[in-house]
Amino acid sequence: MQKLSTIEEFQDLQGRLLSERDPSVPTIVIPAGTCGQASGANDLIRVAKRELLARGLTDKNNVRLRVTGCHGFCEAEPSVLVEPDGTFYPKVNAQKMARIVQAVAEQKTLDDLLYIDPATGERVKRQSDVPFFKTQVRTILGRNEKVDPIRIYNYLESGGYSAFVGALTQGEPRWAIEQVKESGLRGRGGAGFPAGLKWELLAAQRNGHGKSLVCNADEGDPGAYMDRSVLEGNPHSILEGMLIGGYATGANEGVIYVRAEYPLAIKHLVIALRQCHELGLLGENILGTGFSFDISIVKGAGAFVCGEETALIRSIEGKMGEPRQRPPFPVQKGIEGKPTAINNVETWANIPVIIAEGAETFSKVGTKGNTGTKIFSLVGKIRNTGLVEVPMGITINDIVTKIGGGPAGRAKIKAVQTGGPSGGCIPVKRFDLPIDYDSLAEAGSIMGSGGMIVADEHTCMVDVSKYFMGFLTDESCGKCFTCRKGIQRMHEILEDVCEGRGTLDQLDLLEELATVVKDATMCGLGQTASNPVLSTLRYFRDEYVEHIVNQRCPAGVCKALVSYSINDECTGCMLCTKSCPENAISGVKKERHSIDTGKCIRCGACVTVCEFEAIDVA
Amino acid sequence: MITLTINGLEATVDEGTTVLEAARFLGLPIPTLCHMEGLSPYGACRLCVVEIGEGPKAKIVSSCTYPAQDGLRVRTSSARVVRARKMVLELLLASCPQSKTIQDLASFHNVRQQRFRQEHDDCILCGLCVRMCEEQMMAKAIGFRGRGQTRSIGTPFDVRSEACRLCGGCMYVCPACQLRCTYTEPDKAVCGGCANLSPPCVDIESFDDMMCYMSPCVACETAAH
Repeated sequence: MQKLSTIEEFQDLQGRLLSERDPSVPTIVIPAGTCGQASGANDLIRVAKRELLARGLTDKNNVRLRVTGCHGFCEAEPSVLVEPDGTFYPKVNAQKMARIVQAVAEQKTLDDLLYIDPATGERVKRQSDVPFFKTQVRTILGRNEKVDPIRIYNYLESGGYSAFVGALTQGEPRWAIEQVKESGLRGRGGAGFPAGLKWELLAAQRNGHGKSLVCNADEGDPGAYMDRSVLEGNPHSILEGMLIGGYATGANEGVIYVRAEYPLAIKHLVIALRQCHELGLLGENILGTGFSFDISIVKGAGAFVCGEETALIRSIEGKMGEPRQRPPFPVQKGIEGKPTAINNVETWANIPVIIAEGAETFSKVGTKGNTGTKIFSLVGKIRNTGLVEVPMGITINDIVTKIGGGPAGRAKIKAVQTGGPSGGCIPVKRFDLPIDYDSLAEAGSIMGSGGMIVADEHTCMVDVSKYFMGFLTDESCGKCFTCRKGIQRMHEILEDVCEGRGTLDQLDLLEELATVVKDATMCGLGQTASNPVLSTLRYFRDEYVEHIVNQRCPAGVCKALVSYSINDECTGCMLCTKSCPENAISGVKKERHSIDTGKCIRCGACVTVCEFEAIDVA
Repeated sequence: MITLTINGLEATVDEGTTVLEAARFLGLPIPTLCHMEGLSPYGACRLCVVEIGEGPKAKIVSSCTYPAQDGLRVRTSSARVVRARKMVLELLLASCPQSKTIQDLASFHNVRQQRFRQEHDDCILCGLCVRMCEEQMMAKAIGFRGRGQTRSIGTPFDVRSEACRLCGGCMYVCPACQLRCTYTEPDKAVCGGCANLSPPCVDIESFDDMMCYMSPCVACETAAH
């Protein structure tokens, strides 16, 4: 790779790459992010390579193979996408992969391997016609399909770094800030602070020792992995965003704070940084413009609270990750006292899009005050789990039914939990709620970084809030007394309720305590920590009361309050008797079995194996 | 100079003054636990909370760490503040009932009972000892470890630190653990809060867990000489 020393050299290189590119060449795209690899994408890559070699398809203009980051449809992984016609093959295995390679070489489609729309039962050929993808607007995630994350030329080919060079050629750093302001982009980390305003504040700071930018990639919410997918699948877009930010605000160094639990993301970032250095897009005097900027990676040690910006700064400085009082805000006093602007991964990934396509185009997507798209990780009791990118302002109903495809099992969906441990539960009667920062906050939840956990009738809402309180008793930094002890006490009360020891007085105490914890704690983690409790109390109080007064868990989750019994559906197949670890089920073949409730430990093994729904949990 | 309003009274203070200092300058009482003059403000106990701002944007902050700003409107005992303060005291009583400091504070604020499961935690992690050791004694012998419910104060690996000079500063400032050596049952006190003139705990290994991390503790050692 030759170092580029002028803007013209960069444009020549990009022009050459673009002219050499032939989009009509059939390309097999295999998504292999962490999730893809876990479900077997590495085997597919191996088979595809072997097949290509065996068939002598080594010429670039015959068939191409591209290994990319995650495309988002987890339910269908490992999947294969064939360009240019966008054929989508879900749940591919090694045998199917070999057939796909052959079909691509012969320019055919394998109808029997196509995705079946569960609603109509028909086969769908193109990825863009699959219901999961149809309603989405994939501005950020869509680019994961186009680039191999470890090849910078791939990124350049798809127009990469031209937004940065475009900002450089404007010659006026202020221009980029104006664009971001005009786009209305709000921080994707959760609080929704206008990104342009933050940059403007940073640019206005005067400091002789330099300023810093931080990419907050300490994604810790249970069930959320949007940032990981962007980091793994398109690391250069983050670097480009930070370069633009650096040029616009006058910052001279950037830090990517990424959690150590994301080894693949770190690997791809390290490769991307090295390539940028080699190409002269990072370092001193970038492209001969006199602008210098460098980015380093700091690995987080696994504390959830380090996603909070003041704790993150302390962690980068090498101190214990605990938040401090704001003001002064990081933009006034951040890393080592230098003014620092911290943005989330998704925010940075949006910057090149805004600069390249213009603020006006960007702000047309979404609603007024909530522009652009947002990635959610849709998980839980839903048919199509995965990452979905939708324009802001779309209703929860659209996401759950149109994209998510409705409930995973027979049980009806009753709520979604948004925003991770800091968010709240939104009941099905409020599913017409448009998803934006303000409506979610009004409903008692938060946007958060974009976790969306679907709960159905088999989910106990008391258990859900107990889970999150349990998570936070470990993950609160422990500095503020109200947060540390308050969360422990909330967890204690919820445990009492789940185990049938709760009282109605305790419920009032719980609410009172939750309100104080929200009020009196210092940082964002503590102030939002009681949201799961408060929102479930607001919408599902009857479930709490049911636990306390009638000693019953309606969802059949809280072990102390349920009992197992066998109903008339039982065919006497003996499967459950074999699965029971306590030998609590007795019965002879072809006759109805029965459960000895004294021996039963309510592990649920029998429910899992029973094929006739013969076991009642109540 | 900065002018702010506290409970409707105007106060003009130097830049860098905290809201707590400004309120005390006006003679307004704000209870504190983890705050001590001469040590850096920490904001952990949340007793000194006050309400700032107006209308829906009003919020509660700890006055010991919040810098006074021009035009800031502060209320030191609004209903919201009192509710929070009482809950904090109730939580403190539930965790550390034997501390005289906490009992006095609770009594003063009319908190007569607590509704949680009673614990006997001793340490409330206010961090006074850590700051005393670092900032006044220049020793940094003790510090925080862990997070969440496993957070505790001590030396690395629980080994007595070379830096510790047994000055006793940490015990002197502690609002909760003066009675540490009496454990939770004063009747069975080993040495009566290290004020015993013939300390029996020095030689007896079985009392290890009743002793503070400064083994042997300061009071005992001075008494032995």
